[in-house]
Amino acid sequence: MVIWEVASRLSPVPDFMFPGVLQVLETLFTGLFSGQITEAIFRSVGRLLIGFFIATTLGLLLGYFIWRYKLVDDTLGFLVVALQSIPSIVWLPLAIVWFGLGEMAILFVVTIGATWTMTITTASGFKNVPKLYRRVARTFGSGGLHFVRTVIIPASVPQIISGMRLAWAFSWRALMAGELLGAGGGLGHLLETGRSLGQMDLVISVMIIIALIGTIIDNVVFTRLDKRVQKKWGLAT
Amino acid sequence: MYLTLHGVGKSFKNNTDEPVRVLENIDFDIKKGQFVSIVGPSGCGKSTLLYLISGLEKVTEGEIQVAGKKVTGPNPNRIVVFQEDGLFPWATVLDNVTYGLLLKKKPKQEAKEKAIEMLKTVHLSKYIDAYPHQLSGGMKQRVSIARALVMEPDILLMDEPFAALDEQTRMTLHNELIDIWKKTKVTILFVTHNIREAVTLSEKVIVMSTRPGKLKNTFTINKSEDGVTPDHIAFDLEQKILSELEEEMEKVLKEELGDDYNFKTRSVHRDTYGDMGSGI
Repeated sequence: MVIWEVASRLSPVPDFMFPGVLQVLETLFTGLFSGQITEAIFRSVGRLLIGFFIATTLGLLLGYFIWRYKLVDDTLGFLVVALQSIPSIVWLPLAIVWFGLGEMAILFVVTIGATWTMTITTASGFKNVPKLYRRVARTFGSGGLHFVRTVIIPASVPQIISGMRLAWAFSWRALMAGELLGAGGGLGHLLETGRSLGQMDLVISVMIIIALIGTIIDNVVFTRLDKRVQKKWGLAT
Repeated sequence: MYLTLHGVGKSFKNNTDEPVRVLENIDFDIKKGQFVSIVGPSGCGKSTLLYLISGLEKVTEGEIQVAGKKVTGPNPNRIVVFQEDGLFPWATVLDNVTYGLLLKKKPKQEAKEKAIEMLKTVHLSKYIDAYPHQLSGGMKQRVSIARALVMEPDILLMDEPFAALDEQTRMTLHNELIDIWKKTKVTILFVTHNIREAVTLSEKVIVMSTRPGKLKNTFTINKSEDGVTPDHIAFDLEQKILSELEEEMEKVLKEELGDDYNFKTRSVHRDTYGDMGSGI
């Protein structure tokens, strides 16, 4: 931070292009208190949660069908792998044409960015449930949906969690890209505003916020969930 | 007769889609409350036979009947205890044991009480809230026996349940299993590759030959009052069964190692467990 501040003061580039630490922190706090940044945070996180929720549900369902029906696996399963390799922002032009430049287009990009990963991890989680559990459940008379609910889903929880973690990272990136290009507020949009106004201090503040939110969610939510499951299952070393 | 197998055969499809016969023309019957062991060299299809009886696998030929009814699929009246405990790692010991009871639509409270009582029988009442990974191999196997017995099955099908345990644990569990069997009078079908285990525990030993699996011989054991086979009888029988199986073992080894293998009679395999070289 000291190096940053010194470098900023000594560098020949003007302040608005390479702001120092103090200036950035000032913008960050005024932004948080005035509500400019805070509002953007709520908007972005709100979108993310909706998109992530839809993606997770969709991914679980698709994953289930891929696991359950061989035909779906052979067709959709293959397609999903191909779809997953498309960076989600590539969908934006299509989304803009379909839904117009607004909320829906961004939500669409966020959702589609996470759905395929979630589908793949869910399907592989379901497929990797040991045959032994299936046999045990069947001798006790379980089958059908009861079997899925009491064996298949709990047995794939570790994989589902790591899938959700990945899905979260993908949708977070997709969201920023979408907001940067699309309209309708949010952190990504604030970046764009900062750029057009030549306020690099604002841009860097938003970047800090983005990094913070990403880290907090990963460390607090997913790492904890992961650890709890690992401990319960006795997987932790 | 309680459990009847009539001309049972089973084939699997291998990688090249050709059927492979694993079991052929199996005929036997078991009385209610009997403790019967099945021994045979590895790969003779004894576990498959158990799965057929449980209904987990379907017969290709013949018919299996329990109490006069044809077996068509799994039924909680016939519970399998597997070699690996098969406990659900995400559930506590108690939840594992109540799993089948709740499936039978038993009220929660009643299921819990029954499970705790059964866990007491296997001396694990201290561990009801533990997760499977916190238990030792022997304890896990105890839980899976409790999980099976709590269902009050008519037939308990055990697929080498003690094979992965150390000798001391196995001996303790043998005694406990005999106690449980005497108390509950459940019919037990016990698959093992350990001849001594088969002879000590059961009233009847079925010896199988291999490739395809067929019945080779049946031995009836005269047990003493306490349900344990007296040592001299056990030793004698062990020898008899072992000599029955020598031919089979040679067949397996020749197939696996090639024709240059010379089977050495009574020199290497006379170990105390009589486990027919299953570890080879």
